[in-house]
Amino acid sequence: MEFFSQHKIYDFMKVSRFFIITTLSLAIFSIILFFAKGLEYGIDFSGGTIVQLKYEQKAPIDKIRDDLAKDKMFSGALITEFGSPEEVQIRFASTSGNVSEDVGDKVRLLLNETGKFDVRKVDIVGPKVGGELRQKGLMAAVLSMLGIMIYVAIRFEWTFAVASIITLIHDVAITTGALILFHVEMSLDVLAAILTLIGYSINDTIIIYDRIREELKSTKDMDLMHVINISVSKTLSRTILTVLTVFFVVLTLYVFGGEIIHGFSFTMLLGVIIGCYSSIFISAPFLKLLGFSVEEYKNRIALKEKNKIEKVKMRSQYEKGTV
Amino acid sequence: MSMPTLLQSEKGAKIALGLDLQGGLHMLLGVKTEEAIKSKVKSIASSIKFFAQSGDIIIDDFRLDEEVLTFTLLDKDEEKKIDEMLKTISGLEVTKETLHYTLSLNDKEKELIKAYALSQAVETIRNRLDQFGLSEPNVAKQGNDKILVELPGIKTAEDEQRARELIAKAAHLQLMAVDEKKRDRANTMSPIEASQYGDVILSDARGDNIRHILKEIPIIDGSMLTDAKVAFSDMHQPVINFTLNSEGAKIFGDFTANNVGNRLAIVLDNKVYSDPVIRERIGGGSGQISGGFSVKEAHDVAIALRSGALLAPVVLLEKRSIGPSLGADSIHASLTALISGFVLVSAFMLFYYRLAGVVANIALIVNLFLLIAIMALFGATLTLPGMAGIVLTIGMAVDANVIINERIRELLRQGMPMAQAIEHGYENAMSAILDSNITSIITALLLYVYGTGPIKGFAISTIIGISVSMLTAILGTHGIYQFFMPRIEKSKNLSLWFGMKRSH
Repeated sequence: MEFFSQHKIYDFMKVSRFFIITTLSLAIFSIILFFAKGLEYGIDFSGGTIVQLKYEQKAPIDKIRDDLAKDKMFSGALITEFGSPEEVQIRFASTSGNVSEDVGDKVRLLLNETGKFDVRKVDIVGPKVGGELRQKGLMAAVLSMLGIMIYVAIRFEWTFAVASIITLIHDVAITTGALILFHVEMSLDVLAAILTLIGYSINDTIIIYDRIREELKSTKDMDLMHVINISVSKTLSRTILTVLTVFFVVLTLYVFGGEIIHGFSFTMLLGVIIGCYSSIFISAPFLKLLGFSVEEYKNRIALKEKNKIEKVKMRSQYEKGTV
Repeated sequence: MSMPTLLQSEKGAKIALGLDLQGGLHMLLGVKTEEAIKSKVKSIASSIKFFAQSGDIIIDDFRLDEEVLTFTLLDKDEEKKIDEMLKTISGLEVTKETLHYTLSLNDKEKELIKAYALSQAVETIRNRLDQFGLSEPNVAKQGNDKILVELPGIKTAEDEQRARELIAKAAHLQLMAVDEKKRDRANTMSPIEASQYGDVILSDARGDNIRHILKEIPIIDGSMLTDAKVAFSDMHQPVINFTLNSEGAKIFGDFTANNVGNRLAIVLDNKVYSDPVIRERIGGGSGQISGGFSVKEAHDVAIALRSGALLAPVVLLEKRSIGPSLGADSIHASLTALISGFVLVSAFMLFYYRLAGVVANIALIVNLFLLIAIMALFGATLTLPGMAGIVLTIGMAVDANVIINERIRELLRQGMPMAQAIEHGYENAMSAILDSNITSIITALLLYVYGTGPIKGFAISTIIGISVSMLTAILGTHGIYQFFMPRIEKSKNLSLWFGMKRSH
């Protein structure tokens, strides 16, 4: 089976200007959204308490709400269905620092009359811990981008590194923007998904860059636009196929993985698609925008080669003792 | 090697399930280390007082204000004796104005006490949980002032409650003298007034409305306790018998000899359990705590006393408790995702690449087995995000094969013979595969360093998964092709081997 014609060279550069402008403004809009509206932080980052219950029958949410209101601790509690009509999640901002006292017991007592249920999960995150987790998460995101940038700069060229980081920021920004729009809560799992995306969406970019590098070595063509078009077209099938396989597994996670892991799989699902798109339409064309020149690159490579040969020559002369 | 995990056999290394999959209790506790300094100063006060009494040195105006201790010496001749005694206490900062002493601890000592309080708290909590009989409790230090407690064995709400109470119990036993002169004013005096007399007001274990007025500086501190056991009183009530060490026994003997007819309060965690009248000198250094315990309570208090007092109180910073039924649901859901993800990906590879897809699928299966085996060998814990990591590995591992196969197809299209195309395909694909896997590993490593709890599990399974995939998807599949090379060369069937259209 084959999906793509291998002989056709698609003109990506022609449409890239349109895509770059559209999605970069989308990314900028996401960043504005991030600062104006902000993410909805889950209790992992904001601190708070979550109690998850499973009833033997359909959960009587209104009755639960009334009964919980009797205790001040639950004021402002958010009570929602969780995954199925039998399950409810109770979420509120206050936390108890007392080790020997338990919210689960309190809920059990207060909701005694609402029917038979099982307290499946109690999560309490103190405000101090929440703040620390947020800081650590940001740190990990920044460091992994930095790490990738350094790696790409070493393996390729600095222009490649900068273009790849812009692509990554673009991916993360749009994914985050979508999270805000779809009201997905920022939890530790979602953060893990975003970090995984940073590591993953660079993969397709690297496949394309690798091909551009290879193409640059062999071709006599000095037109970068043309080189990029050839490289992106030739790698198109593998870019899409590799994304497809990951998309399959993330989709199964989303469908079968259960409510708890929804945030993670949703973020991955979005990110994988955005990452694939940006590798094709953003990462390579951005080299052109950053002023990458084939001629200079070739000269640099040639110079490097020359230096290498020179060195070898010098060494052999030293070894022979002719200097 | 992954068999023990898959078959859940008795023998062999198995992957431990994380708390989120098997249910249990995860807590991050904060240790209030500054409290340890206060109680250290208090115990210094006790020993100075005892030293002064046994040496007939008269001290006046003995005060304890949080971390500062002050007193005045009446007789100048005793100055040398006191000074020498103070020198034996490490880390003490002494300022003297004529005979008025002000004592506090220096910063270095305070740091030491804080560090000790933390490690002692870890030890104590671990001891208590071990004696409580839970399976595999994990108690570990985190940072400068935090303790991580993980209890996978907890199944019921009642067990959880007892474990939490056991952890939180300070188990600070004090024997204190009742201030006989002011006993009748215990219910009316304010705490501030009491402290002016060097007294403290504590409530009774039976209820807050019964109050006792006691001398602030205790006679004996819980640190002198060597053993505590549950026993039954004459009335068949559970009581706790405790034994003191030799120093404690001596102080206790001396005190009871000098105070016959007075009352002695037995105080546990700032609650008075009993205040019997001293009838005679009590030698041997043993005593009893009674006061309406249930058998379970007495059992837990004895454990707490035996494993030592917490020098500093603990507070709950983070708690995650997962019921076993939720854990089972999560296992079920993630297994379904794993299997359906595998079926989907391998079916796709098979249809798209035919025999090359079969080769990739064999590598994928080997990859999964190796991943499980390595995790079991290293004793890694499998969490729900860890399961997600394994599912993700399935998708990423075949990426390498996709890249290789596309390269090979490309070369075949140029008319290269199959054997040669395979060799060159591997060569050409290598750099892209390496680069993309290394960047993935970089982020996974950072996720491991900065992530907490279950997220670390995700990082571990992706790191191992990707590393193994380089072995299986590159070397493994290459080996398979080389093994079948004579046949491949003979067949020349591009459609069968690489799923290419016949038109090429």
